[in-house]
Amino acid sequence: MQVLKETLNARRLLCPLPVIRTQDKVKQLQPGDLLEVICTDPGVMHDIPAWCRINGHTVLETSSGNHEYIITIRVGE
Amino acid sequence: MSKQRKAVALISGGLDSMLAAKVIMEQGVHVEGINFFTGFCVEGHTHAIREHNSSKPNRNNALWVAEQLGIKLHIVDVIEEYKKVLINPKHGYGTHMNPCLDCKIFMVNKAKQWIVENGFDFIITGEVIGQRPMSQTKSKMPIVSKQSGADDLLLRPMCAKNLPSTLPEIEGWVDREKLYSITGRSRKPQMEMARNFGIEDYSQPAGGCCFLTDKFYSAKLVDLWKSQGTKDYELDDIMLLKVGRHIRPKPHFKLIIAREEGEGRFLQGYKKEFISLYCSSHPGPLALIDGELSAEDIYFSARVVARYGQGRDEEQVDITVTEKDGSERVIQVKPFTKEEVPNEWHV
Repeated sequence: MQVLKETLNARRLLCPLPVIRTQDKVKQLQPGDLLEVICTDPGVMHDIPAWCRINGHTVLETSSGNHEYIITIRVGE
Repeated sequence: MSKQRKAVALISGGLDSMLAAKVIMEQGVHVEGINFFTGFCVEGHTHAIREHNSSKPNRNNALWVAEQLGIKLHIVDVIEEYKKVLINPKHGYGTHMNPCLDCKIFMVNKAKQWIVENGFDFIITGEVIGQRPMSQTKSKMPIVSKQSGADDLLLRPMCAKNLPSTLPEIEGWVDREKLYSITGRSRKPQMEMARNFGIEDYSQPAGGCCFLTDKFYSAKLVDLWKSQGTKDYELDDIMLLKVGRHIRPKPHFKLIIAREEGEGRFLQGYKKEFISLYCSSHPGPLALIDGELSAEDIYFSARVVARYGQGRDEEQVDITVTEKDGSERVIQVKPFTKEEVPNEWHV
């Protein structure tokens, strides 16, 4: 099965809006798909991984630089 | 075998809703959390914007509570729908611009819709009789149940024994005897419950979880509506009310001046929507100007902005003015003195 990799631009949004946008985007994806979320609110480094943990998704990678925070998620079952 | 019953718990991130969910989970009910984002929630924003607020954990407490409880949390964007609650609350405002009773009715109504759509059986809140003067009194509880449309599907585990039985109790989905009868503003019973459940860490928001209960935020909202001539707002409007010093020297314009680096970075994101100013000859904050301005107004604003930079005592400083299209020009101004920026200008 082909794995989709999508990108979500959540720049300028403050938590919990990046989490809400991530949640809404994940609903459109299939288990195993990848989602890269790009944010400017540093709070996402806590909130998106927490949201993933409680909802059964996996954070594959986080990175930051130039006041941007990028989180890559694998969608769970 | 009896059917596994499912409840959705309104999770604010505070202790009461955490305990209410825990009480029902202990009775073998499947619980998931729901949290409504109105745009006015304190969670996240202030420490996301501001640099120097490290005394509190940089976390969303609703998510954190859900993780501690081991339950899913559904965060629902209700920004647009919430406008009608705030702009025209049937039950009026509290001490400030907080429409607490209408807000609770709205949220329980949304939860009712959610349980219908998702096949859940009932709703839990952490409400305690007497905890809050506007929405959590014994006389207001039936109003919330009735006007939200939740009726007897709304269970308040923390004070259920002081209220008529709800459907989950009548049907035996939960044991009423294992529910609680807490009343009043004391936090001691909740703290004891937390200890009994082994919950050691929890959030204790001093001023509630909503900016609308804040005197200063409410004043800025009223000022926004007054200046617009209409009670309406967009998300960006209410976000900007959380940031910076708001100074209105004249009725037709307002300055939003960053108080520190984090706020300055946040305001940078609005430079295409507002004329912005900063002191380019000395360190100083970024400011946005909200309103239609003449050249004289911009010069005047530059003097205000200069007051908040390190060149405040100089005879003259350079202020860079950036238009919405990105074009820049530099003007020289004499900073206002402290006395020349009267308190009445501060919104």
